[in-house]
Amino acid sequence: MQFDSFSAFLNMGGYGFYVWLSFGVSAALIAGLLFSSLTSHTKVIKQIGARQQRENKLRQVRKNRQNSTTNNPNEETQ
Amino acid sequence: MWKWLHPYANPEVSYHFTGKILPWLGALATLFLSIGIIWALAFAPADYQQGDSFRIFYVHVPAASLSMGIYFGMAIAAFTSMVWQFKLADASAAAMAPVGAIFTAIALITGAAWGKPMWGTWWIWDARLTSELILLFLYLGVIALHNAFEDKNLAGKAAGILTLVGVINLPIIKYSVEWWNTLHQGSTVSKLGKPSMSIDMLWPFVFCFIGFALLVATIICIRFRSEILTRNSIRPWVRTLVSEHLSKHIAQEKNNAI
Repeated sequence: MQFDSFSAFLNMGGYGFYVWLSFGVSAALIAGLLFSSLTSHTKVIKQIGARQQRENKLRQVRKNRQNSTTNNPNEETQ
Repeated sequence: MWKWLHPYANPEVSYHFTGKILPWLGALATLFLSIGIIWALAFAPADYQQGDSFRIFYVHVPAASLSMGIYFGMAIAAFTSMVWQFKLADASAAAMAPVGAIFTAIALITGAAWGKPMWGTWWIWDARLTSELILLFLYLGVIALHNAFEDKNLAGKAAGILTLVGVINLPIIKYSVEWWNTLHQGSTVSKLGKPSMSIDMLWPFVFCFIGFALLVATIICIRFRSEILTRNSIRPWVRTLVSEHLSKHIAQEKNNAI
C-alpha cells in the first residue's frame, strides 16, 4: 500500500483531481457503452419479434379473407 | 485450416459461438481489470518525477493502444469484406467502430487530464494529439456511414472504404513521437525487449492492459451478436430464436406479476 490513510489516497499526492477525473470519466464512458450495447441487443430482439407478429397478423387476415371468398363464392354475384 | 474456419463464416454458428464465450470473456475481463486497477491506484509506486499523476498512465496507455488496435482490426474486417464479399466481416466492423470511438475518447480525455498537471495545458496541437483526434473523427465517420444506409451491404462498403483510407493515420500516430518534436513523451512500454519501466510498475500495467483488451473483446462480442441478428432478421433460425426468447420473456413477466 502506497498511502497511509484514505484521505491521502483520495489526495493522490496533490494530483487527486486529475487522477480521479481520468478514472471517473473512463469508468463512466465504458459503463455507458456496456449498458447501451446490452440494451440494444434486447431492443433488436424485440424489434424483430414485433415485425414477426405484424407479419403473422397480416398473413392471418389475408388467409381469412381468402377463406371467406372461397367459402361463399356466390355472395358477391347474388 | 480453411476447412476448420469455414463453419464460423456461418452467422448462426458464430452467433452461438460468441454467445458461449461471452460469459467467460466478461468474467476474465472483470478479474484482470479489478486486480489491475486496484494495483495501479493503491499499490504501484509513484513515479519519481511525475508523482501520483503517473497512475493515469495505467488507463491512458491501454486505451490509446487499443484505440489503434481496434482500428487495425476494423481495417482487416473491411478488407476481408471487400475482397471476399464476406458479410460477417461487415457486421464485425460495425460492432468494432463504437467501441474504438469510446476508447479513443478515453485516451484523449485521460491524456488531457494528465497533460494539465505535467505540461501545464489540457490540449496542444502537436502531432501525437492531433493524429489521435483525427482517429476519433475517422471512427465517427465510420459509425455515421454504417448508419446512413438502409441497405447494410452498401453501408458496409462505404464505411469500409473510409476505414481503409484512414489506415494511413495509424503509422502517423505510432511514429509521431519519433518523427516530429512533440510534447508527448516517447513510448515507455513497447521498446522492444527492454521496457524502460521498473518491474513493480510493469506488472499492474500488464494486468490493466489485458483487462482492457478482454473488456473490448466482450463489448465487441455483444455488439457483433446484435449486428448478426439485425442483418439476418428474415432467416428462419433468427425467427425461431426470437420467438423462443420472447415467449420466455412473457412467461417471466407473468411469474413476476404473480
